[in-house]
Amino acid sequence: MKNRNVAIIGSGMSKFSSHREEVNQPEMIHEAVAAALADAQLGLDDVDCVLHGNMELFEMVHQPDMWHVIADGGWGKSGFRLTTGGTTGATLACAADNLVASGLHDVVLAIGFEKLQEGHTTGGITNMADPLWGRSLQTGALTGTGAQKVIDEFGVERARLAAMKYRTIMDEHAMRNRNAHRRLRLERQYIKETAENSPPLAGELRMIHMCSQSDGACAAIFASEDKVRQFGANPAWIVDHETVHREETMIFGSQVSTQRIAAERLFGRHAIGNPREAVDVFEMYDPSAWWGLDWLRDFLLLEGDEHLKMVENGEIALDGTFPVNPSGGVIASNPIGATALVRVVEAAMQIRGTAGEHQVSKPVRRALASGFGGTLWTVLMLLSKEKPACGGVAHE
Amino acid sequence: MANRVAICAVAQTPFSANKWDVRAQGLVWEVVREVREQTGLGFGKDAIQAAVTVSDDVFDARTISDGAITDVVGAHYGAEEKVAADGAQGVYYAAATVLSGHHDVVLLVGHCKESQSASRNMVTHLAFDPFYTRPVGLDYLCAAALQAQAYMARSDVTEDQLADVVVRARRNAAKNPVAQETRAVTREEVLASPMVADPIREAFMYPVSDGAVAMILASERRAQEITDKPVWITGLGNCYDSFFLGERDLAGNFTLERAAQRAYAMAGISMPGKTFDVVEIADQYAHQLPQYAEGLGLCDTNGGGPWLAADGPDKQNVNLSGGMLAGNPLMLGGLVRVAEAVIQLRGEAGEQQVSNARRAVAHGATGPAGQLQTVVVLEN
Repeated sequence: MKNRNVAIIGSGMSKFSSHREEVNQPEMIHEAVAAALADAQLGLDDVDCVLHGNMELFEMVHQPDMWHVIADGGWGKSGFRLTTGGTTGATLACAADNLVASGLHDVVLAIGFEKLQEGHTTGGITNMADPLWGRSLQTGALTGTGAQKVIDEFGVERARLAAMKYRTIMDEHAMRNRNAHRRLRLERQYIKETAENSPPLAGELRMIHMCSQSDGACAAIFASEDKVRQFGANPAWIVDHETVHREETMIFGSQVSTQRIAAERLFGRHAIGNPREAVDVFEMYDPSAWWGLDWLRDFLLLEGDEHLKMVENGEIALDGTFPVNPSGGVIASNPIGATALVRVVEAAMQIRGTAGEHQVSKPVRRALASGFGGTLWTVLMLLSKEKPACGGVAHE
Repeated sequence: MANRVAICAVAQTPFSANKWDVRAQGLVWEVVREVREQTGLGFGKDAIQAAVTVSDDVFDARTISDGAITDVVGAHYGAEEKVAADGAQGVYYAAATVLSGHHDVVLLVGHCKESQSASRNMVTHLAFDPFYTRPVGLDYLCAAALQAQAYMARSDVTEDQLADVVVRARRNAAKNPVAQETRAVTREEVLASPMVADPIREAFMYPVSDGAVAMILASERRAQEITDKPVWITGLGNCYDSFFLGERDLAGNFTLERAAQRAYAMAGISMPGKTFDVVEIADQYAHQLPQYAEGLGLCDTNGGGPWLAADGPDKQNVNLSGGMLAGNPLMLGGLVRVAEAVIQLRGEAGEQQVSNARRAVAHGATGPAGQLQTVVVLEN
């Protein structure tokens, strides 16, 4: 049983871009922290713990939380560093929820960042594989097998069109999010040509399908129920979260997906049989259009080609029946250590009604956010507008 | 706080300078297997439900250093979260996952092989910002040397006293079955060891070390089922200092005092100098033993010198394990301190056992000159 309720009461992001050469790491983080405090209408004195996370080998700064204390507000406060790869931002959100729920802290500031321009991203990713038997093969999310899986099941024509339809909807969303890194103004009538003119990366995975490599930081403020009341805050409550890792291989195919397991466990605990009805909006960590398309089926516990139809019918669009990534998602912006926290924050913004131009049109009572990282790891978090009863549910 | 959390089992590998013949996975499995055997717990919903790990990408030269051990900690299709800080922070976070109600039984594992890098100082050099402090060649050793200069100037702790700290650490380590540096030394030998960063001599410094530690933490209800010797975590506190060394009072304990205040307030402790039966301090360098003893309130501020002279460390049962000077990797310093305190509170410390040990404090530190400090209060 959750010890006490926790809500996100403010969030902020730095500007996302391929090159933030005008700021250093602490300055970039400061943009997000200042924005989050302003959003929550709090001062640093109101915060009692600062959590920090990214992937060190991208920038080659050891324990970067030490340096970043000069700008992240951590001086004199509690705090520490958590990292789990691409899932880092989602892990930060889970940890912030745990720390506040535990009673150890009342107000936690969680910060994820990455400045990918300062390192070699694919080199950093390759380095996650075993040095003895995996490193020569490892490319992280840059893989053609995700595309091939969809093509094998649904035929090349339908699969290609669906992936590009997904990609185009994501870009339409990014066009409404001023903070998004890549806003390409893709047009639906040129889907085929856009794909054909995009350089192939691996098999059917083309540049246009792939997420960006961004610089950026994201900060979120988590508070206890008492503090929410005291501050008169506009809360997005954390209902529950589930983390599912798997061993250190990137073997696809017949493996059970961590997305489906996470969804089954999380929805199972909350008696959610049909997530498409129970949840109003989903911010998914979609490293590529192919994986975004494919994972919809597992996250939403769908069968057959239901997920393809959702994309083909435009149900996942901002004004559709089940909006996915109104922010434009990861394909638009991907500062890796921040990316999964951005998903949680964007889901919270939809609940708090603060998403501005990319606020979905329907009322949002419950929102879902996912993180992806490591060797197909998943973190899934459920948020709600209504305060959870009795501090959530038992995990037995 | 409504809930309580206990440490129900601990296991450590022996620490040594170069475990070239075992990979990280092997080290981790050694200790995970041991805590599983101690508790009879397997992995799963009604057993060990999740893992918190402690490791560091740069020390491991591996992106997502926890990726290598997912299966070994039982997280294949399960939960694992990595704390990339001093191991005492791992205890802090693992305790939070239980106190929050999210999990009932959590495995905590830390691992590091410092021997893998050509120089430990090259790793910690990378912790300095690339604009101002990295170009002047700072690393954690140099930062500690500046701290030692400042502290010795203010406290009048002498080099002879620091040598005696090392002599005592070795004497205690010889009775600890997992300690690395167990060879007895004399004051003269210590003082003859080469100067590495003035005033820190080689023998004043914790040795390069490889090893792993595992623990099982559980909620009150589960702890009583798992073990008849639960050790309760009754106080937790930590604190960041500022980054630039010039902005800090290196001779003082700004951050440790705050970390200790938080932990002591939670545990209801007002007189730390008279409270603890066992104390474990992360003394990465000899001068840090008296300095951090001041910060923890074991003696008066600026009282480190007299405290050493009056056998404070022996009277207060400080670092009977040999402490960090006996050898643990930097990332695991605080985790080993907690483990050693738990072993004492379980009455399993053998020759070094303190009779009727009821209450202990364990300390961890990381960052340049102890920028991030953690304090854990434990009771049986």
